Amino acid sequence: MDRILNGVRIADTFAEAFDMRAARVVITAASPKWARTAAECMTGFATSVIGCKVEAAIESELGPEETPDGRPGIGVLLFGFDTEGLTSRLVDRIGQTVLTCVTTACFDGLPQSPERVPVGGILRHFGDRFQSSKVLESQRYWRIPVMDGEFLIQETFGIQKAIGGGNFLILGANQDAALGAAEAAVDAMRRVRGVALPFPGGIVRSGSKVGARRYKKLIASTNDAYCPTLRGRPDTATELPDGVNAVLEIVVDGLERSSIERALAAGIGAACRPGIVEITAGNYGGKLGKHHFHLHQLPLD
Amino acid sequence: MPVTLVLKTPPPVPLEAELLTPDAIAERSRADICALPVNLGKRRMRLDDFFDVDGERSDEIEIRGDASRVKWIGRGMTRGRMLIRGNGGMHLGSGMTGGAITVTGNVSDWLGAEMKGGTIRVQGNAGGQVGAAYRGSLNGMSDGTIVVQGSAGLEVGMRMKRGLIVVGGRVRDFAGLQMKGGTIVLAGGAELRTGAWMVRGTIVALSSISLLPTFAYACTYNPTFLNLYAKHIATLGWTIPFDAREGGYRRYTGDTCVPGKGEILVWTGF
Repeated sequence: MDRILNGVRIADTFAEAFDMRAARVVITAASPKWARTAAECMTGFATSVIGCKVEAAIESELGPEETPDGRPGIGVLLFGFDTEGLTSRLVDRIGQTVLTCVTTACFDGLPQSPERVPVGGILRHFGDRFQSSKVLESQRYWRIPVMDGEFLIQETFGIQKAIGGGNFLILGANQDAALGAAEAAVDAMRRVRGVALPFPGGIVRSGSKVGARRYKKLIASTNDAYCPTLRGRPDTATELPDGVNAVLEIVVDGLERSSIERALAAGIGAACRPGIVEITAGNYGGKLGKHHFHLHQLPLD
Repeated sequence: MPVTLVLKTPPPVPLEAELLTPDAIAERSRADICALPVNLGKRRMRLDDFFDVDGERSDEIEIRGDASRVKWIGRGMTRGRMLIRGNGGMHLGSGMTGGAITVTGNVSDWLGAEMKGGTIRVQGNAGGQVGAAYRGSLNGMSDGTIVVQGSAGLEVGMRMKRGLIVVGGRVRDFAGLQMKGGTIVLAGGAELRTGAWMVRGTIVALSSISLLPTFAYACTYNPTFLNLYAKHIATLGWTIPFDAREGGYRRYTGDTCVPGKGEILVWTGF
């Protein structure tokens, strides 16, 4: 039975998500501008683990009182399929986008995590044996000489189990309505800690299905059932109700199930506004991932 | 409730009391604590020959009185807390690996020598060889924190490998002698030959100090790692400057006669 929120139908279905590994990176800099610059570079081309090998997004802005070195910072979440792959992505991305960015330093944002992977311990080699380290409160930090002073990075970063692929679909009467609702949803979801929205602006327009009907080597292809331009074709079983002319998806990865639930609830609540016909979610019949987020069980207002 | 030990009278010669640790007392009854052995010269005696003992089975110890002739208090302790209301003797907290010691008065030489963890705070002055290596030993303290609010003597942090020493007052000659790592913060300046033969490690001087000619000036900057130390030291009731709007650190590398990769950072305010 469908549920109605602010005049918008909430489909009785679930979002299907799967296990991932996550890291949280705290980037600090002399000013918020440069911390954000490094974070935006680090999270570029990290929308889908299928094509980018990692999913990453800015989690939060951090005040000086929240960062290890008392400078303004940005929290970044990165998600990968396994620890080994995620470690490589951390080394690559921090090495190319944070180490290179003026005034920055880089710290582990999951200090309680028992699973540790070397990051600064690998990047230190850039110092060509001019690097030095400091051990404070059982944590080693590497000081790598660079041309504006020193780049400071923690030797190890925490990795933890996480969940990727939480999602919902916004079915709008037109593109403007769908985009406005999606933007409102993203604004609401980004206030939740512990989640990342890895796609551009937090929104996906190219929702996908597993595999392809005609190109057998593809692992994902367009979600034809939700493409409005394909409605009415005999070879497509559309899922779009009447009156829907644009669909946008929001994908959310999270450190814990509860944070994804809070984010989904906040996003759906914000997206239910005039011009939206229905909110639904993507799943694969429960075969892809073991984490199911039933929309009707979310704490929607 | 802490176990309270009140010194009856200061011993005429140094008293060796290396069992005065939370580890030794935590599981003992009052009678057992009273019977703990201490050495007065070559004579083995009981703890209650020198202290009035109150309490039992606690990993918190409070010592009252002038214990400046009581050696080895807190030696090798791994946990618990010790509060000395008065002075402490030589080798206080030497080799400790955990726990915390606070002294309201002064302490003698070898404070925290070769310690491996934990925290020592001295509200008065300290003698020489704070956190140092014993003679013939390769390494001094390898972790932990020592804060001395007053002055300190010779060879502070000699051969230290890791850890943090903060001295609020002036230190005497050879601070950081043969230092191998770790950090020494000298808030009140130093006498001669600071950092002599240091191989690695950091000496932070918050006021101008006399430098050996074997230290070379590198640059003036604000190292980010000091922000972390400032935050940590603030929890100990101390402050070090790090804000670039207030000044910078002149970095000297040395001791080049070793040759060493150590550094002395001298704060220069605007």
